[in-house]
Amino acid sequence: MKIHHFLSLFSTYFLVDGVNIEDRAGQFFSSGHTNNWAVLVCTSRFWFNYRHVANTLSVYRSVKRLGIPDSHIVLMLADDMACNHRNPKPATVFSHKNMELNVYGDDVEVDYRGYEVTVENFLRILTGRLPPSTPRSKRLLSDDRSNILIYLTGHGGNGFLKFQDSEEISNVELADAFEQMWQKRRYNELLFIIDTCQGASMYERFYSPNLMALASSQVGEDSLSHQPDLAIGVHLMDRYTFYLLEFLEDIHPASKTNMNDLFKVCPKSQCVSTPGHRTDLFLRDPGSVLITDFFGSVRKVELTMETINLTDPIEQLESAESGELQKEMHTYADQLPVSEIIHQKPKQKDWHPPDGFILGLWTLILLVFFQTYGVKHLKHIF
Amino acid sequence: LQSVRGQLAALSIAAVVIIVGVPLWWRTTETYRAWLPVSQIKELAKLQLHLSADVEVVFARGTVTPEQQKKVPLTQTQNMEHRVDGDSFNAILTPMRLSNSASVEADLSLHTLSESPSGSLVVYVIPESSSLLPQNVDVYIGQRRTALLRIGSQMRVGKTLEQLLAHMEPRIKQVLHVMSFSHTDITAALSNRVRISPGNKESIADSMRAFKSSPGYEITFSLLNPDPKSHRLHWDIEGAVETYIQPLLTKLSPVANFSIDSQTLYYAMLGVNPRFDSSRSTYTLNADSLAHVINPVEARLGSNAASSNPVLNFLLYIPDAHHSPLYIHDHKKQQVPTNAFHSPRWGGIMVYNVNEFYEVDTVFPVDINIDMAKVMGVFLAQLRLLLGVQSSTPPPGFLVAPCGNAGLADWELDRLMWSRSVENIATATTTITSLAQLLDQIGNIVINDNIAQQVSSAVTSLQLAVSELEAGNLGFALQYSKEAILSSERAFFDPSLLHLLYFPDDQKFAIYIPLFLPMCVPILLSLLKIVSEARQKHREKKPKKD
Repeated sequence: MKIHHFLSLFSTYFLVDGVNIEDRAGQFFSSGHTNNWAVLVCTSRFWFNYRHVANTLSVYRSVKRLGIPDSHIVLMLADDMACNHRNPKPATVFSHKNMELNVYGDDVEVDYRGYEVTVENFLRILTGRLPPSTPRSKRLLSDDRSNILIYLTGHGGNGFLKFQDSEEISNVELADAFEQMWQKRRYNELLFIIDTCQGASMYERFYSPNLMALASSQVGEDSLSHQPDLAIGVHLMDRYTFYLLEFLEDIHPASKTNMNDLFKVCPKSQCVSTPGHRTDLFLRDPGSVLITDFFGSVRKVELTMETINLTDPIEQLESAESGELQKEMHTYADQLPVSEIIHQKPKQKDWHPPDGFILGLWTLILLVFFQTYGVKHLKHIF
Repeated sequence: LQSVRGQLAALSIAAVVIIVGVPLWWRTTETYRAWLPVSQIKELAKLQLHLSADVEVVFARGTVTPEQQKKVPLTQTQNMEHRVDGDSFNAILTPMRLSNSASVEADLSLHTLSESPSGSLVVYVIPESSSLLPQNVDVYIGQRRTALLRIGSQMRVGKTLEQLLAHMEPRIKQVLHVMSFSHTDITAALSNRVRISPGNKESIADSMRAFKSSPGYEITFSLLNPDPKSHRLHWDIEGAVETYIQPLLTKLSPVANFSIDSQTLYYAMLGVNPRFDSSRSTYTLNADSLAHVINPVEARLGSNAASSNPVLNFLLYIPDAHHSPLYIHDHKKQQVPTNAFHSPRWGGIMVYNVNEFYEVDTVFPVDINIDMAKVMGVFLAQLRLLLGVQSSTPPPGFLVAPCGNAGLADWELDRLMWSRSVENIATATTTITSLAQLLDQIGNIVINDNIAQQVSSAVTSLQLAVSELEAGNLGFALQYSKEAILSSERAFFDPSLLHLLYFPDDQKFAIYIPLFLPMCVPILLSLLKIVSEARQKHREKKPKKD
């Protein structure tokens, strides 16, 4: 009786599996994207912000492992930790105590480094308004069928994120940038992850469709770092990204884990802060969105069923077989027209009204004038 | 007297501040915004397209009786209106010239020699009993812009001319749908503006597969040789490209520019281990694992750093000697005859087996010449699919002539041109409209003169393109639409249009108060003092008067 019961259970399992294969084929076109991009930004510099660089590099590593090629990743690191003078282990960036995992590796491709990581460049990448001389590796060449992953980490506050310790990007600007991307159909779906203090404030102002956002802490909470390494002397990772990396290490290119599992990463007991997420602008149900839709790059594939019958023989190119090397005259292009530069007129600058310092100086001079020539004139004014 | 001088001084300072200072401050802190043709942009945003195709219908001898012949009207207009999510487009088939022809064969041969203008069609109506077409075929679509249509039997069609024309109309419309444009094609081209596109899986797959309209494309042919110790491969890629691919690209030159390069990669493995199929003693890759093949290889393919054009990659993979022969199996475990697969908006991969060129005990490495005709046949088919040339299967009863040496029939080129023109116009309109909206919304952005000029030229090109489409001049419409796209993209992506930093109100106050408050407080106080003194004097005067 029991064996019979068992056998029937087994058979139903196989039947269900058979149905699953058809389902998988249908899922091919359910996500609607054909390529994946990732923009990973670390916004803080200085040695004690080692953990932000380690955060970004660990997400970079996961994203590359799951299949997104370097040509589709824009990696922005505001400071160089691996070759920092204070790094006791040069050319490495570790993400785990006891130096278990070197996330720097030997094939890291950093697209924006050091002082190039600015709010302006970040917004230019997102909106596509780069000068024409920008190379391909520094551009986000996404189209309307691209799923984009954007990861930001650094120091932040209520409604802003600090770049390089000198400027900020506000949540309004970020939301406007995403709206411009949507207007130009530069993305199909966008996943925004931010690991900073009060990170949830950065996605409050989003209003474009197809955006999903995750943050490591709510407004009023601080995101905490995970653990210091006593040999290196700094905190190595932030808690949220540490547990995110642990979660992603279990994902492989063919896995079927969905976003609901990602929302459960790093609960309050582990993270101390409360991670938040926002899915109201997202059209699909998060339970049907695979992790690999954003973190990996699973290509859609179709079998080529037709071929064209070509019957012409290949023409022999006559010119290449002449036997002699053809000589062509080339002139050296004058790339630096020195004579023009020397005789250039100075550029006309726009006139600016005098700024505060000049105004203050003039006020001082006027006061001194009134002082020397008599207080009685001042009486009529004050 | 002293007080009067003081009062005059205070008043004059206040006057200077208000009359000169405030306008000066306003002018120097405003942003320069050049004028944009906003009203014209709003007009264009409504996007009413009129597509008109020139169709000439020739009735062969035997289809029309002599009495009907005299009454055949010279032109007829057909108008079909379609609505796509708020935009409307009219497809007008004007004019439909009806003429008679004595001998269809002579006419056909004439037409194969001459070129019909692009966008037009000639449909020959042949009698039912004609032997030009095989038995079960009703419509034959030629390589150029001609089609043969078999008229129905006398019983079905009817005796009068009106019945004949009524019978012909839907059938000619069907031919037009296949050869020129149909509602689904135009909807797919307008998919940018349609937010959610419902529909069957095939139409979604079609719209996802082809590359979006772009002024140029880069094509890279790569030969992957994972086993150079066993195989020394030779491929005449230059000759093959020149003979097989270049004619297609030359024919497509009104649509886009193409640049081709090729490379050979050694020791490039596929990311997937093929399975050994003992029943056929071959190695197999099944369809599910193909998705993971592309990524490891893509990391090693280069791309042209200078241009931002989309790249089409065509890879030819020669399996290594230990894994030969390698065949791709579909979901039903059948061998795919072409042994190739493609990925939407990326390119194609073909597996070419060379194990039959040598025996087991030959000396390695073996020199192998690759049969480029076979390879290019597959790549050409994939290229057609990826560029959006291939359309869905024709309706039953239709016979389509195989495309010629160029790999592209004239009417297929027309089809592509129609959908590209519509797509370009829709995209350019969306770009210009959203740019205008953006600049309107954000008051802090500086609009330079060159941006205003680009926008104006984009608007002009769009208007010209729309009017050319209406007139039926497909070539000019496509050209204007391409110019419109170029100008609108240049205007939208101009680097100077970066959103100026957002200033919250408290920051604005914090900046202006230290500058203006110390200056304004003495002026205000002195004015108040003047006013209070004047009022006091007035009060003193009053009792005197009484």
